Amino acid sequence: MSVSPDTNIALDVRGAVKTFDTRGIRIPLPWNRSKPELVVAVNKVSFQIERGRIFGIVGSNGCGKSTLVRMISTLLYPDGGSMKVFGYDVVEDSQKVRRLINRVSVEASFFRKLSPMENLLFAGQTYGLDHDETERRIMDILARLGIKEEQVLRPLEQMSRGMQQKVAVARGFLTSPTLLLLDEPTTGLDPASKRQVQGFIAELREEHDATVLLVSHDMDEAEKLCDIIAIMSEGRIIASGSIPELVELAAQKGPAGNLEEAFLTIVGHALDEEPEESAGARDLEATPKD
Amino acid sequence: MLASSLQLRGAWAFIERNFRATRRYWGWEVVFLIYSIVNVLAVTYIAPGAEALTGVSTATDFMIIYLLVGTLVWTYLNGVFDAVAFMISWERWEGTIEYTFMAPIRLVTMLGGSAVFAVVYGLLRTLVVILVVSLFFKLNVANADFLTAIIFVMLGSVGFLGVGIMAAALPLIFLERGTQMTIVVQALLLLVSGIYYPVSILPDWLEPLSWISPATYILEGIRGAMLEGKSVVDMSGELWRLLAVSVVSLPLGVWVFQQSVDYAKRTGRLKRYG
Repeated sequence: MSVSPDTNIALDVRGAVKTFDTRGIRIPLPWNRSKPELVVAVNKVSFQIERGRIFGIVGSNGCGKSTLVRMISTLLYPDGGSMKVFGYDVVEDSQKVRRLINRVSVEASFFRKLSPMENLLFAGQTYGLDHDETERRIMDILARLGIKEEQVLRPLEQMSRGMQQKVAVARGFLTSPTLLLLDEPTTGLDPASKRQVQGFIAELREEHDATVLLVSHDMDEAEKLCDIIAIMSEGRIIASGSIPELVELAAQKGPAGNLEEAFLTIVGHALDEEPEESAGARDLEATPKD
Repeated sequence: MLASSLQLRGAWAFIERNFRATRRYWGWEVVFLIYSIVNVLAVTYIAPGAEALTGVSTATDFMIIYLLVGTLVWTYLNGVFDAVAFMISWERWEGTIEYTFMAPIRLVTMLGGSAVFAVVYGLLRTLVVILVVSLFFKLNVANADFLTAIIFVMLGSVGFLGVGIMAAALPLIFLERGTQMTIVVQALLLLVSGIYYPVSILPDWLEPLSWISPATYILEGIRGAMLEGKSVVDMSGELWRLLAVSVVSLPLGVWVFQQSVDYAKRTGRLKRYG
């Protein structure tokens, strides 16, 4: 599917909100009057990513980063605000959005008895890719990520966690997405593999005009890859800009020698100023009960 | 790429993936096949067993075919139900559910691919069971109308798939207990569909449940064809009832599934569990 040539904004998020009720399913009976136990996971988040950019969102665990990515991935409906991928709304035009995006998450998530080839063929075919062409691309991507040919046909359960993560990265790249969503893609990888994946991300941007949203708590990685970085805390974006801009901002409040220091200073300062009503947002990735 | 060819390729992806998974789990497939054969034999031996216990030999041959049809049809329908109803539970357990739902294919494509595999694989497995079981009993099926039996199986499969798809929605709504609920639905179908007895013997309050199970009409049709040699024309009443249930249950199943996906997307339940 082609992207409209006059669309220079790859991702446009405006006032996105997501709230979970952790009580689970409630049957509306007259005597069932317990109050909702709401957790605000994403709180009026707005940002834009220009086409061809690598945009990073950094934040500590449970700050709402993954929820945000799930909403852009069409896996979660936002409760408020809007999210558009190349002008297509993630709820109204979800089918079109899905053809433009792919995602790599921190969990490899595969059919463990199937081989990398079988898993990736399945993934490719659900995106309408041709069988033979997909097979060639799989071999090419896996080879470049350092997976040996004899491993390609063995069940994934026989591979190490790091190798499985590389196959997950290959799945994300396989469909040549125009917008690639990376949710801590290199977690669990050794330094050499990390470099391979990071090189691949940069190459995807250079050669395929792809836009990347990288969500991470690895400050080195964000610093190395991203053009613009947003800092997320307690479901909100509390600062954004290029790395020099963030360092400059943090320097006004405390130590800010690099991105990590700037992050800690900005987040620490924001938490001190946190209004009471939103300070109750505790486990932001909470799983609803049955 | 044309939207229709994308959907066709997508449906084929599910057929191929399920075939590959079945091949990888071949050890379990052999176990289930042996279990199915033994189960069919054990249930069918009740007929000659009753004669041996009571000394009364009336209708033993009739009862053998009656029970055989029940267990074989249940073996088939159970397989179809498993493949469709536990599709979500399997994906959730493996952690692939988010990736499958991120693919640019329609829900009916996903369900259609899984359903086609379920029906074809279920038929093949049941055929193997029939071949083995036929070695154990001397069956007189000279008057049987096989074509009618096949029509009832194929038409009934559509209706039964609808029930399976509805059951598949449960794990989308209930993260942990959905799979358990699906098993309860499966057990209830076994009870009310007249697998081993006519539904008329069920208590009055329970019998109406048999009216909404497609398995009830599939069994009535096949038993009529196999035991009495009735044709489709002779059993037009049963056929219409089966048609009516199927026409309602398949679209209803897809609709329920779609609503459950929407609910899961609103509440954050479309994620890995286990």
